[in-house]
Amino acid sequence: MGDANGVAAEAERFAIGISFGNTSSSIARISPEGKAEVIANEEGDRQIPSILSYIEGEEYHGTQAKAQLIRNSNNTVAYFRDYLGKEFKSIDPTPCHASAHPQQSESTVAFNIRDTPSETRNNITVSEITVRHLRRLKQSASDYLGKEVNAAVITVPTDFTDAQREALVAAAKEAGLDVLQLIAEPVAAVMAYDARPEATVADKLVVVADLGGTRSDVAVVASRGGMYTILATAHDYELGGASLDQVIIDHFSKEFIKMHKVDPRKDVRGLAKLKLEGEGTRKALSLSANAQLSIESLAAGVDYSATVNRTRYELLSNKVFTQFTDLIQQVVKKAELDVLDIDEVIFSGGASHTPKIAQLTKNIFPETTNILAPSTCTTAINPSELSARGAAVQASLVQEFEHEDIEQSIHPMVTVTPHLTKAIGVEFTSTTDVTFQPLLASETALPARRIAQYSVAKEGGDVLVRVCEGVRDIKVTKPEPKAKEEKPADDSDSDFSDDEEEEDIREIVWKTEKPVAELAVKGVKAGGKVEVMVHVNPDLGLQIAVREVGGQTAVRGAINGSA
Amino acid sequence: MASVQVVNVSLPSLPSGWSADKDFKAVGALSGATQRNVEPVGPHFLAHARRKRHHRTFSEDERLQAQQNVKKTEEEEDDDISEDEDPMMLNREAKDWKSQDHYAVLGLTRYRWRATPEQIKRAHRKKVLRHHPDKKAASGQRDENDSFFKCIQIATELLLDPARRRQFDSVDEAAEVDAPSKKQASGSKFYKAWGATFEAEGRFSLKQPVPQFGDENSTQEHVENFYNFWYNFDSWRTFEYLDEDVPDDGESRDQKRHTEKKNANARRKRKNEDVARLRTLVDEVLAQDERIKKFRQQARAGKDAKRKAKEDEAIRLKEEKERKKAEEEEAKKNAEETAKAEREKNKKAKEAAKNAAKKNKRVLKGSVKDVNYFADGEASAKQVDSVLTDVDLIMGKIDVDELAALAEKLTIAGKDGGAVKAAYTAEAKRLVDAGKLKDGEVKVFA
Repeated sequence: MGDANGVAAEAERFAIGISFGNTSSSIARISPEGKAEVIANEEGDRQIPSILSYIEGEEYHGTQAKAQLIRNSNNTVAYFRDYLGKEFKSIDPTPCHASAHPQQSESTVAFNIRDTPSETRNNITVSEITVRHLRRLKQSASDYLGKEVNAAVITVPTDFTDAQREALVAAAKEAGLDVLQLIAEPVAAVMAYDARPEATVADKLVVVADLGGTRSDVAVVASRGGMYTILATAHDYELGGASLDQVIIDHFSKEFIKMHKVDPRKDVRGLAKLKLEGEGTRKALSLSANAQLSIESLAAGVDYSATVNRTRYELLSNKVFTQFTDLIQQVVKKAELDVLDIDEVIFSGGASHTPKIAQLTKNIFPETTNILAPSTCTTAINPSELSARGAAVQASLVQEFEHEDIEQSIHPMVTVTPHLTKAIGVEFTSTTDVTFQPLLASETALPARRIAQYSVAKEGGDVLVRVCEGVRDIKVTKPEPKAKEEKPADDSDSDFSDDEEEEDIREIVWKTEKPVAELAVKGVKAGGKVEVMVHVNPDLGLQIAVREVGGQTAVRGAINGSA
Repeated sequence: MASVQVVNVSLPSLPSGWSADKDFKAVGALSGATQRNVEPVGPHFLAHARRKRHHRTFSEDERLQAQQNVKKTEEEEDDDISEDEDPMMLNREAKDWKSQDHYAVLGLTRYRWRATPEQIKRAHRKKVLRHHPDKKAASGQRDENDSFFKCIQIATELLLDPARRRQFDSVDEAAEVDAPSKKQASGSKFYKAWGATFEAEGRFSLKQPVPQFGDENSTQEHVENFYNFWYNFDSWRTFEYLDEDVPDDGESRDQKRHTEKKNANARRKRKNEDVARLRTLVDEVLAQDERIKKFRQQARAGKDAKRKAKEDEAIRLKEEKERKKAEEEEAKKNAEETAKAEREKNKKAKEAAKNAAKKNKRVLKGSVKDVNYFADGEASAKQVDSVLTDVDLIMGKIDVDELAALAEKLTIAGKDGGAVKAAYTAEAKRLVDAGKLKDGEVKVFA
């Protein structure tokens, strides 16, 4: 980063967070009260469709451009984020069926559109489109804040390649935005929750389900003492809100065919209208039990209006819902974890508003798992805003840093750290059995330090602290077969209920794998407590200190690391 | 990070005999660590970065090294789904979808019914990236023929729907492994050849996992289990895929019903044929299976051994009985002999005692005779008679031992009349005292 940057830095940096999605984008900042808030553009939209449209050389953006998908689809560019920084042969043009089609232009992707008042069509590369889109976002933010925004933290999917990152940074620079950092979408979502003032730092395993408009990405994130590590990701590039829209479209089309014997999907414009209105209907169904769809001149000049209720919609979309939940289960499996291990499921992205998806997910996970979606948790943050908020939090953190500083901090030499493979904890031997209480969870980035206080037997005395490595086991117990109730012979649905098998009871059981150290604390007062501090070095060396709470002396010991 | 958790579980008390230098004992080391990428966001990361960076400089080399060791969370594109495409296939028409090999269209012929939904999705994506109509336009083909793309979409849609996929799998001839001929399945190839056939047939099973065919070393239980499974085979195979199209114009309802009926019949017929086919197949392999023969032989051998053991046991029992009987007889004989000897011995002793008594009696009688019946000169008949009466009386009243003692005394007394009389008198007095004689009964020795 040359001199130009230095000058920009001098002109006071003002950074925002941007979530740049395939379907829609959001901008967010940290308000003076320290809360992350998403900024509405001049039209009042907080989720700004990532669409640009040109009529007679005039540029339309966001919702206005989206409306142009019906009349002016050839000059409307949509769903272009995933094409950025990619070669033409490796892109999937499917989402662009109803808008300007991507085309090959040298080694990159371009759209052939009329973006000037003249009749000639120009090849506009995807980078250029991105620049224009980001410029509009920057403009909206600057207008709202009354101050020139010149820097940003942008969220990207976890599978964004280096080439894509470079292309995005270059495009942002062209648009007048200095990209401080690109951060992964799922981590931004976790951070948006962790940045709330009431949040506490805890060790937890989080599944982030980012259900977008055209694609869905799910990741398992280990949050350990405020540090985040992605353990596994899964993507479905064809599953998203659009798949649900398709259900609505098919439903109404069939109704329409029944009445008028014309398939509105066969007509390009009819399909575009259905898509636009169907999406609105689908969104309305997430909030209310009934929703209407009314389209003027849908096909063959017939005006169409109908309602659909949520039950019908959920019945029809069952298959798609299963795909969502399967993806979530798949990622948990990929991380070599069990649903019992997951402490939180964060729903992010527009399709997460659908109540049924959160409901079905809740059924997969144990009751202790927190499902953070609007329909299952009243304190949940709007899923559509999560990535932008996370980006804004990070932007406020790194705003003051020199570029050099940030770059060095995100260098793999810093980010690549050893992680514990097994949990470390303290073993309790009572007369009946041996139990293990984890203190440092597995997948904790090293170095790490944890402190815990343990109570002592009522009468006090000498105690033993046995520090061990532990593993968790899933204990499966068959439930006691219920005593069969005597049923009257004429009970018509008796064989139905008999078929239902009771599910196994599954629970987590910790087991001691390997003892690491033993320490003795002598003469603990009655009712006293013992504080254990474990510090693990990156080379797997350990320092352990144990002392009685309030006591003067501590028992210390160190174990040399092997690596 | 340094926040304190409070755990309300009591620590165990120190076991007696536990001691260590400075109360600390290292027992083990941690097992290894995984290299992972920490996401460079959040305040805690920045603190971490600050700490870590203080004594580090970075070079490109270190960066690459660090990246290489990281455990991957994003999977690489795997190439196991790419297969050559048959040019004939590329020219297929989408409307002939029923006759197309959906797995071949997606390049999954290696997996077929084993392909997971994820694999199908990945394969679909790969094919879409290559065959999307927009790609064709870019490479200069202007024919706007997107039929193969439609084929891909149809194949994916069908294979991702579990019900429809089963329908197709049911009639997927390419996935079938024909039953081997006798020649193909001869000798050592038998198990491999039939194993493959049954593995392919097993895909229709509602019960999973399907037991393996096994090899010549399989246990009897395994083999029996295998045949039981196949004789009770529960199949999901359906033949809807081969249905004739039902006219859907809503006008010729009769025609529609007729076709539906025909289809239902055809399905049932095919299903029955399939069940019968499988049955014959299992019969055939059962007839050829060397293991069954082996087990039968083993069973027969086992039975023979059992019978022999039974017979041996019977003989043994018989012998035992005889031996016992002989022993009993022997014992009886011995006992009899001992008893006889005892009797004889007793008899002898009795006789001896009798003789002794006779002898003593003779001594008694002789002693009075020797002293001339206590008479001076010739004893009168009366005197003799009275003396002998008393002697007889005494002799009758005393027992054998007393008789012997008296006889001894008398022998010592010899021919001394006074001593003999005194001995008799003493004896008579003793007998009177013992109450055996009445006072005055004896006259001479009173």
